[in-house]
Amino acid sequence: MKTLEELKALRKKSYEKMYMIGVTGGVRVQVGYGTCGIAAGAKPVYDTFVNEIKALNLDNVEVTQVGCMGECAFEPIVEILESNGSKTIYCLVTDRIASEIVEEHIVKGNRIDKYLLSKTKR
Amino acid sequence: MLDRMHILICGGTECKETNSLKIRDKFNTELERLNLGKDIKTILTGCFGLCALGPHVVIYPGETLYSGVKLEDVTEIVEQHIANGKPVERLLYKGDFNRKKFRNRSELTFFARQKRIALRNCGVINPLEITEYIARQGYEALGTVLKTMTPLQVIEEVKKSGLRGRGGGGFPTGVKWEFANRQISDQKYVICNADEGDPGAFMDRAVLEGDPHSVLEAMAICGYAIGANTGYIYIRAEYPVAVERLQLAIGHAEALGLLGDNIFDSGFNFKIELRLGAGAFVCGEETALIASIEGERGMPRNKPPFPAVKGLFGKPTNVNNVETFANVPVIFLKGADWFKSIGTEKSSGTKVFALGGKIANTGLLEIPMGTTLREVIYEIGGGIPNKREFKAVQTGGPSGGCITAASLDTPIDFDNLIALGSMMGSGGMIIMDEDNCMVDVARFYLEFTVDESCGKCTPCREGTKRMLDILNRICDGQGTMEDLDVLERLGNMIKDSSLCGLGQTAPNPVLSTLKHFRKEYEAHVIDKVCPAGVCKNLTTYVVTDECIGCTKCAKNCPVGAIEGTVKGKHYIHPEQCIKCGACKTACPVNAISTKPENWEGV
Repeated sequence: MKTLEELKALRKKSYEKMYMIGVTGGVRVQVGYGTCGIAAGAKPVYDTFVNEIKALNLDNVEVTQVGCMGECAFEPIVEILESNGSKTIYCLVTDRIASEIVEEHIVKGNRIDKYLLSKTKR
Repeated sequence: MLDRMHILICGGTECKETNSLKIRDKFNTELERLNLGKDIKTILTGCFGLCALGPHVVIYPGETLYSGVKLEDVTEIVEQHIANGKPVERLLYKGDFNRKKFRNRSELTFFARQKRIALRNCGVINPLEITEYIARQGYEALGTVLKTMTPLQVIEEVKKSGLRGRGGGGFPTGVKWEFANRQISDQKYVICNADEGDPGAFMDRAVLEGDPHSVLEAMAICGYAIGANTGYIYIRAEYPVAVERLQLAIGHAEALGLLGDNIFDSGFNFKIELRLGAGAFVCGEETALIASIEGERGMPRNKPPFPAVKGLFGKPTNVNNVETFANVPVIFLKGADWFKSIGTEKSSGTKVFALGGKIANTGLLEIPMGTTLREVIYEIGGGIPNKREFKAVQTGGPSGGCITAASLDTPIDFDNLIALGSMMGSGGMIIMDEDNCMVDVARFYLEFTVDESCGKCTPCREGTKRMLDILNRICDGQGTMEDLDVLERLGNMIKDSSLCGLGQTAPNPVLSTLKHFRKEYEAHVIDKVCPAGVCKNLTTYVVTDECIGCTKCAKNCPVGAIEGTVKGKHYIHPEQCIKCGACKTACPVNAISTKPENWEGV
């Protein structure tokens, strides 16, 4: 990396990939993978997403791990970002719920309201 | 968490222009008029994001959104919707509103009230991928600094931003950098203090786990500013995830040439290494930390000379906290003036707090300086669970003190917290309710400092131990009034005669609880009663007249010490009671009390 231009070109490319610019039906699954998330069981959740999405051959879906979002009491938290701009936050996700999210939300496009962070919080 | 109903009124700048303050006042007077003021709360929130259609009013439960509300509409909303439960169709917002902002309530209360600078990428990017950091303008600040600024300009910019050390002390970061810059030496060092040790604090861990590159980038900027080519991150080995991600991040940055030799073709070299600490609390003190990196026993030494003059291996060294560094790249991306515009005059920017204890939303939040404790606890934190009363908030960990309900409306910044007898510290915030015994809380923190005192200064080593003995005695019911005076005298003496911050602040939890909760100490000493029901020897559980006779307590008692009939007041046999508190937890109407008769609180 020698110039700012090089960095900016890389930024543009990474940005487009991360935010699924120009991809139709792209989905980014963000699993909270800080210490709080890991302690609450983020690993089986993450693995479930990776395996099921692989098994279903969903090319436009990317599963990624992210740091703590701050709502540690509700981990494991999974945020689903779609290329149409919508964002959904699920909380207290288990591997079973993860499969359900893949099946209902990612494949069929139906948000599962009962697992939403907003519905679960006291 | 919710009162019967909540009315949220947009208090963003745009909506304020369109009268939202007056609308709130009108709501309040209308509610009062119908005698609903007690059950229904009006809250001024941050921007809802639909400014063009403001002012907005959202009514919970049901998340009904009204937009373009005028002063004269308020009466109609109160009478029709709030009193009779029928939404006013005419004013309902029509259209497909942004899901993120409006379908997720938490977005309104928890996230929307925050301003994320240090945590800007946490929970957003994949910390294992440098490209995602770059996608969010990562390393652009470093590039700009190296290509267009001189070290002195960099320091000037940091000074102008008003950034103060986030590790607890609050020393102006730019001034610190300037000291190190002024030293003439063949070798200088940058150290990132990631030895986060306060019980209940995990801000730095979250930054390092969620966004390690921001710290690396800022360290390189600092290295350029002071003329150092080597950086160390001193991190505790108890943070394995953070260590792993930092190592990976350093590798990725080196592979792209963003760390290492001749960064951005500028001739500036900078490398970063990790040093793992064994978790001694005192190593968070900069001179002890430096000793530990040198391979010595982690013990503080006298200052001056300050590390900026004589630090690691005797060379000028700049030590900053993780969160301080995490703020630095943003200052260069958005400008010092922008950063200065956030927060209060003397404390600019934001602060990350780790909320813990008796609070609904345990977790991490970042708020602009100047936000009040009440907003943090009741609005962002979601309030106290289980219908308990708020008692105190402890800030600053074992170095800080307790802040009581009377001071809840104080805006949070470095100076205000010190004025209240506590301190910002690194940002741990522990909320306590009526079930917390303040003597026990003081004892908990003191136990911690007794363990963690390095032993160099006698007052800290021996004095804290003696204070702990006294507290143990008080909790066992053996305390005398004289003990309270001794605690105070001893505490002040330890503060005055210890070398480092650990000893100078160790008595704070005791002194501040003694100041604010003296009555509770006196109850332990004189009446031999622990009003919160924590100190077992001093606790008696009794059923009050509020008992509805639901029998839940009797069913939950593990030793069958509770007697009573359905719908009749129950009775706890004191000789059988093992004081486990299961009945109190089980009671749906809070009718089991540990407070002595005529207890008026503190």
